[in-house]
Amino acid sequence: MKLVVAIIRPDRLSDVLEELFRANVAGLTISRVQGHGGELERVETYRGTTVKMELTDKVRIEIGVSDHFVDTTVDAIVAGARTGDVGDGKIFVMPVDRVVRIRTGETDRAAVTPVGVPTD
Amino acid sequence: MAIIVPADTAWLLVATALVLMMTPALGFFYGGMVRAKNTLNTLMMSFSALGFVGLAWALFGYSWAFGGGAQHILLRGVGLEAKGTIPHLLFFAYQGTFAVITAALISGAIVERMRFGPYVVFITVWSLAIYAPVAQWVWGGGWIARLGALDFAGGTVVHVNAAAAALVCALVVGARKDYARQAILPQNVPFTLLGAGLLWLGWFGFNAGSALAANGIAALAFANTMLAPTATLVVWTLLDLMRTKKATAVGAATGIVVGLVAITPAAGFISPRSAMLLGAVAAFPSYFALLYRARTRLDDSLDVVAAHGVGGVVGALLTGVFASKAWNDGGADASLHQLGVQAIAVLATLAYSGAGTFVIVKLLGLATALRTDARDEGLGLDVTQHGEEAYSRGEGAILVLDRRNE
Repeated sequence: MKLVVAIIRPDRLSDVLEELFRANVAGLTISRVQGHGGELERVETYRGTTVKMELTDKVRIEIGVSDHFVDTTVDAIVAGARTGDVGDGKIFVMPVDRVVRIRTGETDRAAVTPVGVPTD
Repeated sequence: MAIIVPADTAWLLVATALVLMMTPALGFFYGGMVRAKNTLNTLMMSFSALGFVGLAWALFGYSWAFGGGAQHILLRGVGLEAKGTIPHLLFFAYQGTFAVITAALISGAIVERMRFGPYVVFITVWSLAIYAPVAQWVWGGGWIARLGALDFAGGTVVHVNAAAAALVCALVVGARKDYARQAILPQNVPFTLLGAGLLWLGWFGFNAGSALAANGIAALAFANTMLAPTATLVVWTLLDLMRTKKATAVGAATGIVVGLVAITPAAGFISPRSAMLLGAVAAFPSYFALLYRARTRLDDSLDVVAAHGVGGVVGALLTGVFASKAWNDGGADASLHQLGVQAIAVLATLAYSGAGTFVIVKLLGLATALRTDARDEGLGLDVTQHGEEAYSRGEGAILVLDRRNE
């Protein structure tokens, strides 16, 4: 099992969700985050105060998936999130020790995407 | 010999301030319906009209609409002498507030993608080349006035005129990149309700002020401005309930505005009972036009055409159906002839505004890009056009110190 963590542009979220759902990835969590990467900072002015905005709004997506499903998931995120400009974000894939579905007590592969395919 | 009447002057002073307030109110009405990243840009599209169109009106527009061409350019000859029963300068200011809001109305069709610079140039040129001549036709003693068309407070001059321009702008500028691909939800519905409420308040100045006097006709227009939207709001709510089993708040705000638009040309010409009927009837075409528009490729983002265009046309035509000399002997009685005259005024406005807007926007599009690139549209127009955010949290903001004083 892996945990796929993706940091994407907020305005690409709808496209990414569409791609993920099309790839049958249904279980995921998103959070609104701010980060700093390769993007140029934005300059904003409020009356006499000029500021450089070093942090950019991003969306963080977390998805627990079975090993064989990692590529499908990553490909879907890339397809939805890429614009070609600096600031498209990153995807991290990391190992997961244990997963428990709280409602049923199912564990590990039975508890992550793809749903209903526990025996592979 | 015209004499200034203090009571009339006092009412028009208040009415002018009320109509001026409608433009910021429109900004909030529109600003609530866009996404958070475009809030300031949408509000600025209304607020900037206060400056650019207001100034253009003072310098040239008023003269072209009411000065027989060049007579009042740069406000020459606009002083404290009587114009009707109020000071000429007050008449000018009152008319100016109409020019401002009419131009700002168009912005609803192109929010969330049009660049701010070209937008400001467009509304300024539009107010001179399109609004001023149409105002002259209807209110400045022009050919539509001579034809006998009734337009009490600007159903054709303001609403049909702006809606025709909005339709052309939406078509030429093109749809938002996310339109019909993603759900684009209103960021702040309370803003929209607040804007609708303030528009209603301001509309008393718009309609009752158009009597240009503190008299019975002003009272008639005032009462009708209260009554017509009540009926539109009720019908709109019932339509919402029948369709989705929910009475929506955005629907209520829209219903109020449609009722106000529809009563505008009729306000001082029809009976209060007719006003309620007009308001109720006007809900249907706009309601279904809104539903239909959302299924088309036409990204008239905030439905200027369905609310102001359809509502304005219905109001202008129904003015010919309900007009009664028993209530206003300066008006007309309902007749087929009057209905025909109303239709001519609507068609002429649609044609001139549509064609003129097309020429202006196309020429502007040759000179510069009308819309932001896809990347800026994704980031939002607040940051990319104005360098500000409506809801900034200040995290990660680093102060840039001005070192010139060190």
